[in-house]
Amino acid sequence: MTTAGANEAVSGADLVETLSESEVAKIEAECAHLPDRQSAAIDALMIVQEHRGWVSDASLFAIARLLGMSAEALDAVATFYNRIYRQPVGRHVVMLCDSVSCYVMGADRLAEQVKAHLGIDFGETTPDDRFTLLPIVCLGACDRAPTMLVGEELVTDVEAGRLDDIFARFE
Amino acid sequence: MATIFVDGERYEAKAGQNVLEAVLSQHLDLPYFCWHPAMGSVGACRQCAIVEYADENDERGRLAMACITSVRDGMRISIEAPYAAEFRTSVIEWLMENHPHDCPVCEEGGECHLQDMTVMTGHSQRRYRGTKRTWRNQDLGPFIGHEMNRCITCYRCVRFYRDYAGGTDLDAMGSRGRMYFGRVGDGKLENEFSGNLVEVCPTGVFTDRPFSSQYTRKWDLQSAPSVCPGCAVGCNIFPSERYGDLKRVHNRYHGEINGYFLCDRGRFGSHFVNDPARIRNAGTRARDDVFEARGVDAAMDALGKMLRDRKVIGIGSPRASVESNFALKSLVGRDSFCNGLADGEADLIALALDVHGRGGARIPTLSDVETADAVLVLGEDVLNTAPRVALSMRQAARGRALEMGSEAAIPGWQDAGIRGHAQGRLSPVFLATTLPTRIDDIATATFHATPADIARTGYAVAHRLDGDFAEGDAADEFVERVAAALGEAKRPLVVTGTGSAEPGVIEAAANIAWALRARGADPALLIAPHEANSVGAAMLDAGLSLDGALEAVRSGEADTLVVMENDLYRRAESARVDAALAAGAEVVVMDSMENATAQAANLVLPAAAYAECNGTFVNYEGRAQRFYQVFEPGGEIAPSWVWIQRAAQAAGRSDCAWSGIDDLVRACADGEPALAAIPEAAPAADYRSEADTRIPRQPHRYSGRTAMRADVNVHEPKPTVDDETPFSYSMEGQNTGRQPGSTVPYVWSPGWNSNQSVFKFQQEVGGSLSGGDPGARLIGTDGPNGADSACFRNPPAAFAGGDGVRLFPVHAIFGSDELSARSWPVASCSPPPYVVLHPEDARELGVEAGDGVRCDALSASAEVRIDAAVTRGAAACVVGLPGLPEPLPSEAVALSRDPDFPREAEIIAKG
Amino acid sequence: MDKPLTERIGQNGGQVVDIDAYEAGGGYAGARRALTTMTPEEVIDLVKDANLRGRGGAGFPTGVKWGFVPQGDAAGTGPKYLVCNADEMEPGTFKDRYLMTFDPHLLIEGVVVAAYAIGAERAYVFLRGEYFEPFRALEGAIADAAGRKYLGDGIFGGEFNLDLRLHRSAGRYICGEETALLNALEGKRAQPRLKPPFPPASGAWGRPTVVNNVETLCCVPAILRNGADWFRDLGLTDDAGTKIYGVSGRVNNPGLWELPMGTTIREIIETHAAGMRNGYKLRGLLPGGASTDFLVPEEHLDLPMDYGSIAAAGSRMGTGTMILMDDSICPVDMSRNLQHFFAQESCGFCTPCREGLPWLEELLTDIEEGRGTLEDIDILEKNGAFIGAPGNTFCLHAAGAIEPLQSALKYFRDDFEAHVREGRCPYRERKGDG
Ligand SMILES: Cc1cc2nc3c(=O)[nH]c(=O)nc-3n(C[C@H](O)[C@H](O)[C@H](O)COP(=O)(O)O)c2cc1C
Ligand code: SF4
Ligand code: FES
Repeated sequence: MTTAGANEAVSGADLVETLSESEVAKIEAECAHLPDRQSAAIDALMIVQEHRGWVSDASLFAIARLLGMSAEALDAVATFYNRIYRQPVGRHVVMLCDSVSCYVMGADRLAEQVKAHLGIDFGETTPDDRFTLLPIVCLGACDRAPTMLVGEELVTDVEAGRLDDIFARFE
Repeated sequence: MATIFVDGERYEAKAGQNVLEAVLSQHLDLPYFCWHPAMGSVGACRQCAIVEYADENDERGRLAMACITSVRDGMRISIEAPYAAEFRTSVIEWLMENHPHDCPVCEEGGECHLQDMTVMTGHSQRRYRGTKRTWRNQDLGPFIGHEMNRCITCYRCVRFYRDYAGGTDLDAMGSRGRMYFGRVGDGKLENEFSGNLVEVCPTGVFTDRPFSSQYTRKWDLQSAPSVCPGCAVGCNIFPSERYGDLKRVHNRYHGEINGYFLCDRGRFGSHFVNDPARIRNAGTRARDDVFEARGVDAAMDALGKMLRDRKVIGIGSPRASVESNFALKSLVGRDSFCNGLADGEADLIALALDVHGRGGARIPTLSDVETADAVLVLGEDVLNTAPRVALSMRQAARGRALEMGSEAAIPGWQDAGIRGHAQGRLSPVFLATTLPTRIDDIATATFHATPADIARTGYAVAHRLDGDFAEGDAADEFVERVAAALGEAKRPLVVTGTGSAEPGVIEAAANIAWALRARGADPALLIAPHEANSVGAAMLDAGLSLDGALEAVRSGEADTLVVMENDLYRRAESARVDAALAAGAEVVVMDSMENATAQAANLVLPAAAYAECNGTFVNYEGRAQRFYQVFEPGGEIAPSWVWIQRAAQAAGRSDCAWSGIDDLVRACADGEPALAAIPEAAPAADYRSEADTRIPRQPHRYSGRTAMRADVNVHEPKPTVDDETPFSYSMEGQNTGRQPGSTVPYVWSPGWNSNQSVFKFQQEVGGSLSGGDPGARLIGTDGPNGADSACFRNPPAAFAGGDGVRLFPVHAIFGSDELSARSWPVASCSPPPYVVLHPEDARELGVEAGDGVRCDALSASAEVRIDAAVTRGAAACVVGLPGLPEPLPSEAVALSRDPDFPREAEIIAKG
Repeated sequence: MDKPLTERIGQNGGQVVDIDAYEAGGGYAGARRALTTMTPEEVIDLVKDANLRGRGGAGFPTGVKWGFVPQGDAAGTGPKYLVCNADEMEPGTFKDRYLMTFDPHLLIEGVVVAAYAIGAERAYVFLRGEYFEPFRALEGAIADAAGRKYLGDGIFGGEFNLDLRLHRSAGRYICGEETALLNALEGKRAQPRLKPPFPPASGAWGRPTVVNNVETLCCVPAILRNGADWFRDLGLTDDAGTKIYGVSGRVNNPGLWELPMGTTIREIIETHAAGMRNGYKLRGLLPGGASTDFLVPEEHLDLPMDYGSIAAAGSRMGTGTMILMDDSICPVDMSRNLQHFFAQESCGFCTPCREGLPWLEELLTDIEEGRGTLEDIDILEKNGAFIGAPGNTFCLHAAGAIEPLQSALKYFRDDFEAHVREGRCPYRERKGDG
């Protein structure tokens, strides 16, 4: 503990969560091949998110400490990227493509249908924590538009009639 | 040099500069936001658009951002071209989409760069119909307010806070149209330079919170050029007043010292001037301690009697002006005068002056510090004793990055490019301090030891550089690395000071500098004392040491003691001071604030605070700088030297009858050879501008003067005529910026209502003020090298543990300095008294971090902190805080667990 | 017809080409030739000679870019980097996903050659985070290649070492911009960098770096195998090689085809994509992703799809994957969709992009919903011109955003004005079919 400074940081000291051994091991493995630890910031956030579903403030402080950077510097990174969740999400994230090829193929109407189907709006999570619905930009399957991503699965040629079947596969 | 054509006119510019710097250096108007003269360009705001033409025949040109376009010889550009002008208007229109237009309730209003640029570009009609984004603000602590809705996303705040000042707890969050500048959650901004955000932010996002609580518009503030009383660096400041209150302190640009930035002690440390504990009346204090206001005449009668036919001793002060000290000395005579420095400190400063007098090493300005290519700090925690030096050292550390940038042909102003290219590589900076410090992040290596062992290490470095210098020992690897790095440097810098109370560190620092000089380098040596006028006080030829003065009073040899702006309990052991004050002599105290010494006085006189009087401070460089009265103090408050003048008259003496400050300055220069140059620090009272006018303390839009006293009397009092200075107490006169730099009372220029107008007051962007940077150097900056290896040959003995614990002083930026510690914003950040123990010593004492320990020798208890960097048997003790006086005992002391000491958590729980 | 990029996928029946199949089809021969018989300079000269131009959108000559990388002592100390830009987030673009998923070794071989040519000992594939299938394909392929010593230390038994890693992006379109990508790779916010310095001088971690698109690198192995002349001759016009062209929208056979560079738009749409679906007429097309200017069937169908011809028509070939706008689509609403994308994906660094694009989106929304005025169209035009001129903004993201807008205003102005005149979207009733 440093004593010479004026004031101890009002830091997240109380907020720090313990990272699991496997999280730490994976983060250290990333650090090992990078020129400095901070360069692993994005990887570390993604690793913890894979384990916990999202990055809480407590996780953020823990990762920052592990990488030897401030929570602010890490949050600056975390809040930049689409795929790092700073709020809890459901078990499966449904990402509906809203970019131009899917738009041409009726993505706007599909979005209404998906919202109605799940009973939630974009940015929301179903009450049973099963699905979180988010928009996503072009998923790179434009020849089979409209498209969406459920968890890690790319679903193409989505039609309202198939939604039951599609979502049923994700518990 | 390069010739450039701007809208057909020919100008000279510096090659390698960017075009924005070049045109602003010509005092042309070109809007900008993200560029900052001290931080370079990033090209984010796109406000500084110009049209650049390929050659004379090119009539269309292409749009370019001035701040990221290098000056080329013969280049042709246009500021006025319609395409550029319209683009700039559009940039404002975009920025205004989400801006709340809350100028009437915004603290920045009237000095807002965003307002200025909006007017300058001519955007006035709102066409955007969307909903404005809104944010939640954060509580950033007592210094800084936060109002994110006003943000225009120029990135200046983070570039200053994080990149320039090394802060870690503020960053740019989010992306796209939803950028947020803040922290992860509420909490005080920790960086010691956070206050600059107020001036760096071009609009009202970051505001001066203490100022907000007693707010006045810039146009209603009266100000004068002044010098920060917070430490010995001598940063230039603009304190401002309204209704008799000191409202705030802003940076006053000085090209060689503070540049554009102050530390938070300086910025927020002046509110003591308005403190209820100010002494406002002359009066007596009988032995029963009851103060009785007696009025000036009665007080002077009493004082006259005390002085007549009696043996009088005068104790001056390193926080009083040179002039007041000289006046006191004139009153009591050389042999009865003491400069008020603690004896140890006085010896250290005398040593520093001796070292500087021998020459051989430059005394660096802060801009010199920034260009050092290797730095060694020996024993001084500058971040806490001379904070602004630490900010400059941080820039010195970036030298390596700039060098790498220049090797890769990246222009020096291309800030992000250089950072990316250099990947955090830094110039060598070595820090040898008692404890870890908050600039250790820039250190190549640190070394923590007792001051004596640091001194020995320093001796060893000098010896390693040049075998003729005395040997030291300790820390072999550190010594090797330091000697190698300094030895390779062209402009090495050694920084030390009086903070560790160890003469050996100054001797060792001098040896190193001289050894470097002997090897052909151009070394600089910075020795930081503590207080604003430590050097000035020490330069007076005084007959008595503090001990000598106290002893003379105690022994009854003297029967009157005049103490000027000095709390003796901070300078000498309480027992000695008690003994002197209780010896029966008449005790006269002139001071601005109540303190323990004033409590013991028979006669108390209200002294003006720095902002209420004129005077000179001499900083660590030996630079005499004039500070001017910002406002006339109320009641009976008067400058100390005026009290002395009146006292002499009351005593029936014909001397000490100076006709004014100029007369006193001249008398001082004549009487004190070391101070002969002080009149050069600033022009005399009869100075007038080109148009034969005075310089106004009030800006041209100062309002409501006639109403200010309407509740008292509808007749407006005539403004005071200031006989002492070239300034007026009104809006009359001219502040063109062409007058001497020492007499610029505020920066303001047509179209430029904010502090950004400073470029109109500079010869060129980032250069000297148009009328020269203030101050007169009193000690040679590059004297003959009279020094040789024979000077300092006796390193202090190595630290050896024994019975008890040896206490070493450490300092707190917020708390250790007497006056700023009584400014409420600073006081709220001051740590509790604490000592730092080695874990083993703590274990032996049976204490843990947060417990209290009792030290009978200090008659005090302090909080325990634990750090393995402390040497066993030694402990660092914060000094200057209430209850923990300086100087510390020189012998080992006994510490014991204090079971009654309240833990912080308990204090919080009790509220 | 030679199809150096896709022939193995075809032979494999559209299945993933594993390392055996890849080698059986001549794979790794090019890299072996480069590393065992040629100097880096010779490789660079060959690629220059082949006139390979970057397939990431800007069309910069690849060999020339490689040539900017300092070699030997001039490079200073520390690693050099080769980075494959596999971020593919340009709306309407789906070619890199295809190549990586089905023939990952082709990319790996291209990476090995490029890294050898510039002297990089580290390489990254910067892969879009949502690309799970390509990730699995590449992950396996990298392991297989390392197993045969085509990656790692002592490649092909020689001196050259290459450490190839997959970096999965945390997602932002701007990561595709090469300097933003480097910041992302360094674990920072993906804001673009000011140039100079250019990446070949100072890129990842301040070291010389080349960033190349997936398809660009996939072109390299065949150049090594078959030579520069062969590659140049593949193209029908001035531009060399083959190109993966794609079509999305209401055509009978949307998809991707490897065709000679310079194949006409008409052939791509009518022959390969089998023409518009019944009942739909082509109104306009974005030739190479969302950030390219509209072309229209009346004027542009017979243009060869190459860099020069499309540029001459006022657009860009971009990624070569076209998005077709049929007559059921409202050009105003489609413009709104496009601006929504660009406004969302702005990194937030410079003013015109951060603040200007959301305003354009709002104006388009207002016009689309019948609240627009003629002045709004003026603002779109004027602001578009300010935001869209390269150099006016910090990077080319905003310039890309404005290309489809300015061309929509040019070709479909009547539609914009009709919205204002009628106070509603004339396409609304027709929506819903399809
Ligand atoms: C906003 C923006 C997004 C880009 N996205 C991509 C991308 O996803 N993939 C890509 O290969 N290039 C992308 N580029 C182009 C790259 O900056 C760069 O030119 C390219 O990767 C260079 O590779 P090449 O020379 O092989 O084409 C993008 C450019 C911009 C301005
Ligand atoms: S808070 Fe102020 S300084 Fe920071 S980005 Fe916003 S406008 Fe600029
Ligand atoms: S000042 Fe030039 S872009 Fe901001």
